[in-house]
Amino acid sequence: MITVRGLTKFFGDTPVLNGIDLDIEQGEIIVVIGPSGTGKSTLLRCINMLESPDQGHITLGGHHVDFDRVSNDDRLTLRRKTAFVFQNYALFANKNALENVAERLIVVDGWPKAKAHARAGELLDRVGLNDKHTAYPAALSGGQQQRVGIARAMAANSDLILFDEPTSALDPEWVDEVLSVMKQLAQERQTMLVVTHEMQFARDVADRVIFMSGGNIVEQGPPEALFSAPKDPRTRNFLRKVLGPQAASSE
Amino acid sequence: MQILDFGYMAELFPYLLGKLPITLGMASAGMLCALVLASGLAIVRVVQPPLINGAAKLFISFFRGTPLLVQLFLFYYGLPQLIESLVKIDGVTATILGLTLHFSAYMAESIRAAIVGIDRSQTEAALSIGMTQSQLMRRIVLPQATRIAVPTLMNYFIDMIKSTSLAFTLGVTELMGATQKEASSSFLYFEAFLTVAVIYWVVVELLSRIQKLMERKLNKAYQR
Ligand SMILES: Nc1ncnc2c1ncn2[C@@H]1O[C@H](COP(=O)(O)OP(=O)(O)O)[C@@H](O)[C@H]1O
Ligand SMILES: [Mg+2]
Repeated sequence: MITVRGLTKFFGDTPVLNGIDLDIEQGEIIVVIGPSGTGKSTLLRCINMLESPDQGHITLGGHHVDFDRVSNDDRLTLRRKTAFVFQNYALFANKNALENVAERLIVVDGWPKAKAHARAGELLDRVGLNDKHTAYPAALSGGQQQRVGIARAMAANSDLILFDEPTSALDPEWVDEVLSVMKQLAQERQTMLVVTHEMQFARDVADRVIFMSGGNIVEQGPPEALFSAPKDPRTRNFLRKVLGPQAASSE
Repeated sequence: MQILDFGYMAELFPYLLGKLPITLGMASAGMLCALVLASGLAIVRVVQPPLINGAAKLFISFFRGTPLLVQLFLFYYGLPQLIESLVKIDGVTATILGLTLHFSAYMAESIRAAIVGIDRSQTEAALSIGMTQSQLMRRIVLPQATRIAVPTLMNYFIDMIKSTSLAFTLGVTELMGATQKEASSSFLYFEAFLTVAVIYWVVVELLSRIQKLMERKLNKAYQR
């Protein structure tokens, strides 16, 4: 179980996260939705410590961190217990697919290279890239790059994988292959926190959908309940925009 | 009346070639030291640790902002006056020192530009998997930055070879110094300096070819 309490983040004087409380069960699949600029990415980046939160605390994989006094060790520990899938894939351009996935095992976990490459190969096979082990990112399609990105996140064997709009930068033709890899991960009960605009994915896969607005969690619940009977007007408004008027007409 | 004394040039040519190792030696030593120093300066300029960053900026500004000849005189004639133990600093050492400091200032800027040219998202990805700053530098940033910087650094090496000719003002008998001596005893100035010009030209031309090959190879890396 992962616990976030009172997570607060300012950029300059502007509050971006206003004390987020969040509990995540082991094996839970959570989808975060909401208008752009409401702090969804910042929430994920704070959990992974790519941003430094200003207040609050987190307990993750038995490690407790107070955000107002974070040591270097805390930062490394939180990063090593989580994994991040980026919107723009962010693969290492100087490493081929296999090396991208194995990098963490070698550098962070200290695995011998042969063992790490064998494991990386298995992961690439699982995301359907059997024939692309030695391809560099520049030679891969967006969909293939993102699947390498997901395999890299899987290599961490982490307590939580954070997905920040993993299909938003993709040409439409590649979206499904990436979503299906994510569904497969979800079936294996990998704990995931996914920011996405793919509402069908949320319906099909999520245990819980969180709606964020203005740096707050406005409403959350099982996808059926949230999509068919949103309580907060902001949620209704947002769903009407993304799903069309008929979909969220609970009035 | 003949225009050029080709016989003299043919005689001078092998003699001057014998001085080429001194020229190339000074340039290579200067290049190696400058690479090390420039990488350090570049990392300081990227990471910007408070005090050292100011010092690095000042260093770069000074050595880019003053002529190499002035710097060479400063080290060869000036330093020994300031520090007794340097009285015996010889021309070759002073030249290598001057080339190192002067060119490292320029090279630092191109290495810095190459480092910041690596897109930020790769840095974040490396941090997100739990790499430390130094692992990130060694395994992700520097290998890619090197590729970007190599062509420019080769230009500086070529520039440095030509700049070694200033060493003759410090009494070093390298290519230029040897030519100067020969010319003033034979009075065949045009022939002598034309011969040395051809030697520099051929060396630089060869290096440019190598540079092109390297560039082609580097451009192909990471593409398949
Ligand atoms: N590095 C930053 N510096 C300043 N402001 C930022 C930075 N990153 C994000 N913001 C601001 O924080 C707010 C939330 O951004 P973000 O978390 O990216 O929103 P979302 O992912 O929901 O679209 C936005 O107003 C954005 O402009
Ligand atoms: Mg975002």
